[in-house]
Amino acid sequence: MCMAGYSDPGFDTLALHAGAAPDPATGARAVPIHLTTSFVFENSDHAASLFNMERSGHVYSRISNPTNAVLEERVAALEGGVGAIATASGQAALHLAIATLAGAGSHIVASSALYGGSHNLLYYTLSRFGIETTFVKPRDIDAWRAAIRPNTRLLFGETLGNPGLDVLDISTVAAIAHEHGLPLLVDSTFTTPYLMRPFEHGADLVYHSATKFLSGHGTVVGGVLVDSGQFDWEASGRFPELTTPYEGFHGMVFSEESTVGAFLLRARREGLRDFGACMSPHTAWLVLQGIETLPLRMERHVANTRKIVQFLAGHAMVSGVGYPELQSHPDHALAQKLLPRGCGSVFSFDLKGSRRQGQAFIEALRLFSHLANVGDCRSLVIHPASTTHFRMDDAALAQAGIGPGTIRLSIGLEDAADLIDDLKRALKAAEKAQ
Amino acid sequence: MKLVVQGHEAYVYTGGKSFDPALPCVVFIHGALNDHSVWTLLARWFAHHGHSVLAVDLPGHSRSAGAPLTDVESLADWLLALLDAAGVQKAALVGHSMGSLIALEAAGREPPHVTRLAMVGTAYPMKVSEGLLTTAREAPLKAIDMVNTFSHSSLASKPSFPGPGAWLHGGGRALARRVLAGQREINLFHHDFSVCDRYAGGLEAAGRVQCPVTLVLGERDQMTNPKQTRELAQALKARAISIPGAGHSLMAEAPDALLQALRDALR
Repeated sequence: MCMAGYSDPGFDTLALHAGAAPDPATGARAVPIHLTTSFVFENSDHAASLFNMERSGHVYSRISNPTNAVLEERVAALEGGVGAIATASGQAALHLAIATLAGAGSHIVASSALYGGSHNLLYYTLSRFGIETTFVKPRDIDAWRAAIRPNTRLLFGETLGNPGLDVLDISTVAAIAHEHGLPLLVDSTFTTPYLMRPFEHGADLVYHSATKFLSGHGTVVGGVLVDSGQFDWEASGRFPELTTPYEGFHGMVFSEESTVGAFLLRARREGLRDFGACMSPHTAWLVLQGIETLPLRMERHVANTRKIVQFLAGHAMVSGVGYPELQSHPDHALAQKLLPRGCGSVFSFDLKGSRRQGQAFIEALRLFSHLANVGDCRSLVIHPASTTHFRMDDAALAQAGIGPGTIRLSIGLEDAADLIDDLKRALKAAEKAQ
Repeated sequence: MKLVVQGHEAYVYTGGKSFDPALPCVVFIHGALNDHSVWTLLARWFAHHGHSVLAVDLPGHSRSAGAPLTDVESLADWLLALLDAAGVQKAALVGHSMGSLIALEAAGREPPHVTRLAMVGTAYPMKVSEGLLTTAREAPLKAIDMVNTFSHSSLASKPSFPGPGAWLHGGGRALARRVLAGQREINLFHHDFSVCDRYAGGLEAAGRVQCPVTLVLGERDQMTNPKQTRELAQALKARAISIPGAGHSLMAEAPDALLQALRDALR
């Protein structure tokens, strides 16, 4: 595609075109799915050149694949980054980021308002491998600063925290990180680049569970890790992994190889190569299909969510709705600043009454699907007290910010009126179950 | 590798191998608001195929200390001093954009020491519009975005640089911003573009060049229009190679085609 404008194309155009052109071999307009493990070398010298990073190209699909590369370029373009790596899941993307920058003896400062899987990885699993994490309340700015140690390698939070949609003050936390020569990693799954581009606020690394809004149809599990190229690893002095010779790749010094792409080089040449949590090209294609309509879907997700939030906030059976666009949310002002296009379509509300009433509510829903996922085009619901947190008593639930009647919704793309009818019916059922 | 050139520390990337001055040497010179890292694939290839490689960071750019030098002539002198510091008697010079003018001037100043000259993404004169110079001076980040867009011909150049999964527009923008931010004394963007704009010695230098010369041009280059090379090509008796579909960022947009062109040019 020839470009003649004075600036890069807009978001919607990039969502369709970044990283992809008609296939030169076949003329195929859509991105081909390259379901092949490996790629034929032209000759021995070509093979050696590819292995030694003298030429760019594909060798083996664990390390790179043409379909995955389109996805990687596209997400990087939408985020405003220098490149990306597609991974087997969002969890794999988080692990790849951490494993590239930290090892035994390292320390991470993370928001306490994290997805449960991320919390498990940091709190239980990585501590077994010698990586320790201090959790801080995301709104407690002093706590972020106070938790940093000489061995800290990373600050980490979610654009919208779990379960209360705490809005991460990215520019403030990034400034603290940068004062200490540290990067800020952000999980941007709930917001997607359509609602917010964390790099524009100072974040250095972003990852997504592509399982959610990027793919958008509840069909695949995948992740994408993106580098802004803004963090100066050499100036930091804390990352010998990127600034000194790596014996695992012929003594390569990644920061010399690429002034702005050192992180991704090491992540691909070490983490993807050795841990192997790569994405299937078929998955990459499905995520690409989703991204092509991401702007349209996110607009509708948000529009539907606003209507449903308004409905629930005015219902007698609802004691509270946790959505940052409401003035009652503690991060309302910050959300207005960072998320003018909307605060996504995943939120929780509190049903008045007991656990049993919460269960009755869930069981009366017909359009909402009761399952453990978010970011589907279909509307989803879960009752944490009877599922993900069922082992906890009410006191422990309260500690986690969850009530016996807390319900989490992920609003899909159906007619908002039908969703509201479904909720009305279920609220009535909950009332009767008293 | 670090060298001391004209009293300041200079960084040179050597292609992933120790520098051996006894081997035929290839010197890579970057353009405005860039550094050595635009050359890494090519530098690694030549370093692992019988050459020694010096991919420089120009003074005041990225890892090289010292003030940015004010004209192409001074930069050519600096480059020749760097070759002395590295113990290199003769070298092939490969320059991109502003770097191509530095290579030309150096080849004209010390003809016996230059074995081959390759000018990549070049034009002469390399005039910069008053509007762009003004934007570079007053709003350099905006100017970076404009130039970055002009420098890429496609949203999907394959196989990408430095490897698959890299978004070239993002990489170009991030590098320019990093190099700009790394020079706190002056506005390096305006400085570099002014250096290109002011250079008037190209045809004179071309008349003194003795080695074979190749121009490698992007077919869709919007920064240095391939049509603006005819007089220079004539003066240099140069061979011109046009890379189909490529824009100004040839090293990133067409690394394989550029490698082939340089293999031929430096043979």
